[in-house]
Amino acid sequence: MSDTDRGILSTFDRRGRGVRAGMSFVHVLLFGGLVVAGLGPILWLGKAAVTSTQDTITQPIALWPHGIDWANLTQAWFEVHIDQYFLNTVVIAVGSWLFSLALATTAGYGLSVLRPRYAGILNGAVLATLFVPSVVLLVPLYLTIVHPPVGQSLLNNYLAVWLPAAANAFNILLVKRFFDNLPREVFEAARTDGAGPIRLFWSIVLPMSRPILGVVSVFAIIASLKDYLWPMLVLPDPAVQPLGVRLPAIQSQVELDVFLAALAISTIIPIVLFLAFQRVFLRSAGLGGAVKG
Amino acid sequence: MKRTPLTWYRGGGLSNLLFLTPMIIVFAVFSWSPIVRSFVMSFQKTNLITTSWVGLDNFENVLTDPLLGTAVVNTLYFAVLALIFGFPVPLLLAVLMSEVKRGKGVYSALAYLPVVIPPVVAVLLWKFFYDASPTGVFNTMLGWVGIAPQPWLQSSASAMPSLVIEATWAAAGGSIIIYLAALLSVPPELYDAAEVDGASVWRKVWHVTLPQLRGVVFIMLILQVIATAQVFLEPFLFTGGGPNNATVTVLMLIYRYAFQNSLGGNYGEATALSVMLAIVLAVLSFAYFRVTERWSST
Repeated sequence: MSDTDRGILSTFDRRGRGVRAGMSFVHVLLFGGLVVAGLGPILWLGKAAVTSTQDTITQPIALWPHGIDWANLTQAWFEVHIDQYFLNTVVIAVGSWLFSLALATTAGYGLSVLRPRYAGILNGAVLATLFVPSVVLLVPLYLTIVHPPVGQSLLNNYLAVWLPAAANAFNILLVKRFFDNLPREVFEAARTDGAGPIRLFWSIVLPMSRPILGVVSVFAIIASLKDYLWPMLVLPDPAVQPLGVRLPAIQSQVELDVFLAALAISTIIPIVLFLAFQRVFLRSAGLGGAVKG
Repeated sequence: MKRTPLTWYRGGGLSNLLFLTPMIIVFAVFSWSPIVRSFVMSFQKTNLITTSWVGLDNFENVLTDPLLGTAVVNTLYFAVLALIFGFPVPLLLAVLMSEVKRGKGVYSALAYLPVVIPPVVAVLLWKFFYDASPTGVFNTMLGWVGIAPQPWLQSSASAMPSLVIEATWAAAGGSIIIYLAALLSVPPELYDAAEVDGASVWRKVWHVTLPQLRGVVFIMLILQVIATAQVFLEPFLFTGGGPNNATVTVLMLIYRYAFQNSLGGNYGEATALSVMLAIVLAVLSFAYFRVTERWSST
């Protein structure tokens, strides 16, 4: 009875015949359902990427194609210039990631550790933006990009994507909360040893903050890979657009099999990242709900 | 002690500013000023060269737009359908998944996989699945169980539900992970106590698990409503608002005012509608938290 990591069912329940049969049934159903719904579309896309158009249209759910058509992938990559858009996607994601990380850590450090007099007001001003729905920003932010306060229009400039991505109150809040819980004694010890604020930040605070840096990284990169409307608006030139923005436009220009190959290529980066950093992803997802409240 | 520039500098004022300046600049330019500007612009007319104050004209024009009613009703319809489809399913799945003893990670990963796929790719892929011909992917599957081919995106009656099904598939994984995390924090003693009182499995779910998840469920509900009120990608890429304006949403209307206007962007009306939407959402969230606060405390 005193099983500490028990759930709804007790060990006693689990011994019952009805419950055991019921749970096996639920397992099979749950696993089958998750495979079909979660993995199914991706596997289908993977198959369609190397299947001829004719085959995909006439027998969309055939398990095995009639002959594999690798040419789809090379055609999508070279002739439709997915290579270029793929590179743009990477550049946009890496830039958003670096800017978000740099801003969130410096701001979090300033607000949590250095804490000047005006930190309270700043913190409030950052938090307040969390309550403004993003739709309010759309038009005025676009006009800011067209006519920035200094310099030329930022249209077709990646800064137009990177900088607004970095202005993310949620990331700053996460980092600040993490820094708030770091042991103050360590900072005091470092200060007595003569470490200045920059050294304290770089050699003490950052190395202690790996877990939260991972979470912010996942948020920043995934948000960048998922975004559509904003990059579409501020990057009107196809030559600088990421894959996500190009795909709807490409659809009408190429054959179905090549298009599906292009779709499949676009899922590679996020899926590889997810498989490689699964734990950070799932932890971030759980955290998202906890902190947003 | 008197505060002078020198004491400020010695107290680390300069390095404080060094760390906080990037954030101040980026937020000032890309967050704070656009938010303020949004409210100001809703009372203005601008063609980017000259700007004039027009009072409440923008609001009046938006409110008399015959499409606004359709867009509001469609957005509400999307939100309600998203609640019906997208709310109980992840909760149920999370409760079942939390009882899995072995291979929990695999289940979570499978559930979360659709969330990782870029939404544009998901929508374009599902658009193909929704092919209305009898050989379409979903229609073939329906054929297996003897259901006639459906028009999916082609008819104004089934277009919106089709959008919501895809949106639910794309988002369910995130909710499942959040519920799973919340389920872990249900104190096991509560179940022990319920068993002492002779509660069955179902009664434990109903009287212990669900009440314990109440806080998370309330928050997820309002977050979902705020998100669905701003739905854009699905109607924009699936149907472009059609057929027959059956899937035009409020955010699509804002987008059309600002960026798809042959006479140049009507930024005033676009911001007026955004501001109204934001105010409605703010009032709604406030009322919601007042009400749920009362429920949570009893």
